[in-house]
Amino acid sequence: MNGAQPPLLELRGVSKRFVKSLDAAARIANLFGANARDEVVHAVDGVDLAIRQGEVVGLVGESGCGKSTLGRLAVGLYTPSEGRRFWRGEDVATLAPAARRRAQLAIQMIFQDPYASLNPRMRVQDIVGEAPVVHGLVGKSAQREYVASLLERVGLDASLMRRFPHQFSGGQRARIGIARALAVRPEFLVCDEAVAALDVSIQAQVLNLFIRLREELGLTYLFISHDLGVVQHLSDRVVIMYLGRVVETAPTEALYEQPNHPYTQALLAEVPRIDARHRRFAAIEGEIPSPLAPPPGCHFHPRCLHAMPRCKIERPTLREIAPGRLSACHLNDGNDRNDPPPVAAAPDTEVANEA
Amino acid sequence: MSDERVTPDAAPPPHPSPWNGEGGGSAQANAEETPFYRIVADFAASRIALVGLVIFAVILAAALFAPLLSPQNPYDLAQLDVMDSRLAPGAQSADGKFTFWLGTDDQGRDMLSAIFYGLRISIGVGVASTLCALAIGTTLGLLAAFFGGRVDSLIMRVADIQLSFPAILIALILLAVLGQGVDKIIVALVAVQWAYYARTVRGSALVERRKEYMDAAACLALPTRRIVFRHLLPNCLPPLIVVATVQVAAAITLEATLSFLGLGLPITEPSLGLLISNGFTYLLSGKYWISFFPGIALLVTIVSINLVGDQLRDVLNPRLQR
Amino acid sequence: MTEATLRVDNLRTHFFTRHGVVKAVDGVGFEVHAGRVLGLVGESGSGKSVTGFSILGLVDPPGRIVAGSILLQGRDLRTLAPAEWRTIRGNRIAMIFQDPMMTLNPVLRIDTQMIEAVRAHDPVSVQTARARARDALGRVGIPSPDERLAAYPHQFSGGMRQRVAIAIALLNKPDLIIADEPTTALDVTIQAQILAEAQKLCRESGTALIWITHDLAVIAGLADEVCVMYAGRIVERGTVDEVLDAPMHPYTRGLLESVPSRNRRGVPLAQIPGMTPSLVNLPPGCAFRERCSRATETCLTDPPLYFLDGRHVRCFHPIHVEDEAEASK
Repeated sequence: MNGAQPPLLELRGVSKRFVKSLDAAARIANLFGANARDEVVHAVDGVDLAIRQGEVVGLVGESGCGKSTLGRLAVGLYTPSEGRRFWRGEDVATLAPAARRRAQLAIQMIFQDPYASLNPRMRVQDIVGEAPVVHGLVGKSAQREYVASLLERVGLDASLMRRFPHQFSGGQRARIGIARALAVRPEFLVCDEAVAALDVSIQAQVLNLFIRLREELGLTYLFISHDLGVVQHLSDRVVIMYLGRVVETAPTEALYEQPNHPYTQALLAEVPRIDARHRRFAAIEGEIPSPLAPPPGCHFHPRCLHAMPRCKIERPTLREIAPGRLSACHLNDGNDRNDPPPVAAAPDTEVANEA
Repeated sequence: MSDERVTPDAAPPPHPSPWNGEGGGSAQANAEETPFYRIVADFAASRIALVGLVIFAVILAAALFAPLLSPQNPYDLAQLDVMDSRLAPGAQSADGKFTFWLGTDDQGRDMLSAIFYGLRISIGVGVASTLCALAIGTTLGLLAAFFGGRVDSLIMRVADIQLSFPAILIALILLAVLGQGVDKIIVALVAVQWAYYARTVRGSALVERRKEYMDAAACLALPTRRIVFRHLLPNCLPPLIVVATVQVAAAITLEATLSFLGLGLPITEPSLGLLISNGFTYLLSGKYWISFFPGIALLVTIVSINLVGDQLRDVLNPRLQR
Repeated sequence: MTEATLRVDNLRTHFFTRHGVVKAVDGVGFEVHAGRVLGLVGESGSGKSVTGFSILGLVDPPGRIVAGSILLQGRDLRTLAPAEWRTIRGNRIAMIFQDPMMTLNPVLRIDTQMIEAVRAHDPVSVQTARARARDALGRVGIPSPDERLAAYPHQFSGGMRQRVAIAIALLNKPDLIIADEPTTALDVTIQAQILAEAQKLCRESGTALIWITHDLAVIAGLADEVCVMYAGRIVERGTVDEVLDAPMHPYTRGLLESVPSRNRRGVPLAQIPGMTPSLVNLPPGCAFRERCSRATETCLTDPPLYFLDGRHVRCFHPIHVEDEAEASK
């Protein structure tokens, strides 16, 4: 980290567990010796994430990796089961109510589904203009003008503000969602698959809007997506998650050119690309394991081409393999792989212990 | 693969509805299409429902304007003449002033007028009890869905217990305790009905709660009360409206049953049920009209309300929307 | 040249709604040959899914095929009676949907459904049908097929379900498979597996495959020919290499350029302005006119499908190689 400025948003050791407790019948069965347990999903498992002001961090992973949950933890929609959340260096849980509300308003989310993320019974003017009036940012009489300026900023015709969401197309609704988030003057936006449901041509428009807003308003982004191409285009830094854990993080170019973690390598190899014609798709084997019963040790070991016995037992720690690059893989501890790691292992690693 | 008929609306994205998909021109094409307008337009697409609505409107008008429409005020003793009793439909009154189109009962009351006044009471009680039950049940159901946990368990267990008793039984017990009177019967009906609304609203509130616009409202740090009543409730209304409409009919029926059994309403404010009860003894001795016509009136009222409710259910069904 | 497995000519499917006539498919024609993959590419509202449904005769009122011919190995599918359709669907043509639960019945076991699918078209014994089902599951790469046969759909993950749906499509060795966005909802790694399966099966069994998608990258890797659709019409048609390397229609070019990987990092993406027009109120002439930088007065009339440089393009001002030099100035 450079300078004395703390990161804008930081999550330290954050975990989120969803517990489905046993119902009465199962509990009675347990009294008779059945071995039913509560179902626990470790959606996010010990994640550290620090985002500096002005950065665009891309968060990539497949289903069950926990990226959406992490996004909601960042915004404050979920409280972490473990770990703490820091806004501008202060632990949010310890803030006074007024300060906490300010912190809440400063971090906003753009949602995935343009159909479900707008209240179908409210007019656009109210959808966008309600929160600023309620929180006193704008007077009631000035609401109309304020909403008009926001709609124009996101590229919509302001005269449509009395309409209802169902009268707009998917791309327009995505923009309304962005206007709603901008209305409370946030500093940090979490975009949870914000363009996934949009057509390619509309997607390009909305992504350009994000770039423009970043320049105009000095926003910081956490951009969650499964689409590697989009993430590569927008982000300064990329974080890859698998089954609730961060497996690798690196500046964008470095990650895409020389992925270190086997999962990242597989992911990048399997993405269809327009330039790759008549490919022979040779996918990695295996299904993504269920988050209810993740494999022990390194979550990825059942599907990993380079798995060692150690990987079944010990969880790899996320360690720095180069300045600004972190990776969680036992292979970085030694030099025994088919392709050498992109940088030499850090000096304090142990020698790998394999058969 | 079985011969599965698939309409394009089932395949994402919802195909060719002009309101969805990337229809850029659609925002201009439907200028003032509020949700209400769409509901009305969809509703009017069914002839039967329109007929039901018209019939109910006529009945409602008859009930509201009963004093104006009735040839005679059947509860004004001065106007009654025992000489007119048990006359067949179409007969003339003893003093020749007017015709009893639907006959008279054993007190000499004009059946047509009695029916108009009876409709007043029946519909009034039905609607009033429904509205009260709606208000109470909705609030409780919303709170249960929004807060979950113990609050939810408590409210729902009470509702479950309530629903497991037959409605008539609860009403009978309450009326036996409370006595007679319009207000008391409304209380009994509310006590019997609130649980339906609570369950219904809880069901749709639980679904809506998961939707992203609720998360957005939480993100915007809006106060809880606002989120529940201004964001959540309006989206839970469709099934509520349907249940309420059909429940009006059920409330009217229940009240008629109770009156028939002699409970609830005093003789001075007879509803259709009481009229039917009065004429019951004459049914088999040829003077059918004393029970029959109030019965028909009750039937037509209930059927028309149900027709409206059925169409509303289809129109407001979110799956058939879009 | 062998006869095409499927030949569609001038297909028009219109929906007669309360708000007007929606011309979902308006004059679509193409051919698919055995063992080849045709990609049908378009965004939402382009009519690609409705085309797929039309071929199978699955368009319900208020929609109707109003014109065109659909020839399956020379036989016009539009003239079929319902009883004849039953011998075609699931037997000669199979469909894979985006949501595998459109194929799978949630209350029936997989073996029940697959055995039923086999015996509907071929009166064999239950054991034979079961054996075929097990083979099909094995061919799509499902491990321990015997156990999986006894399971219910909800016990599978999304990727597995889609594979089962593909297995069902393959059971009766159809001549043609229509796949409507089957991998859109799946993760990248699972999508890669499904694409690998689809490719393998096509080559091995000589089945013709129509792959409907909005994802150009998938088409690039999988398809041999591609049709690009916009507002119910085909705007460009040719081999994958030709269309993707040198797109002639401005829409195709715009689509390709707006893909993030084609643009430099951090720089705004090249975007197509505007939105797809409402299919109820199509503007006169070329449907892409209002968004096109090359549009002129001529574009107010409907452009026909021209044959140019070995492929078809529906444009009065297609982008030629010579234009490239002009445009880059």
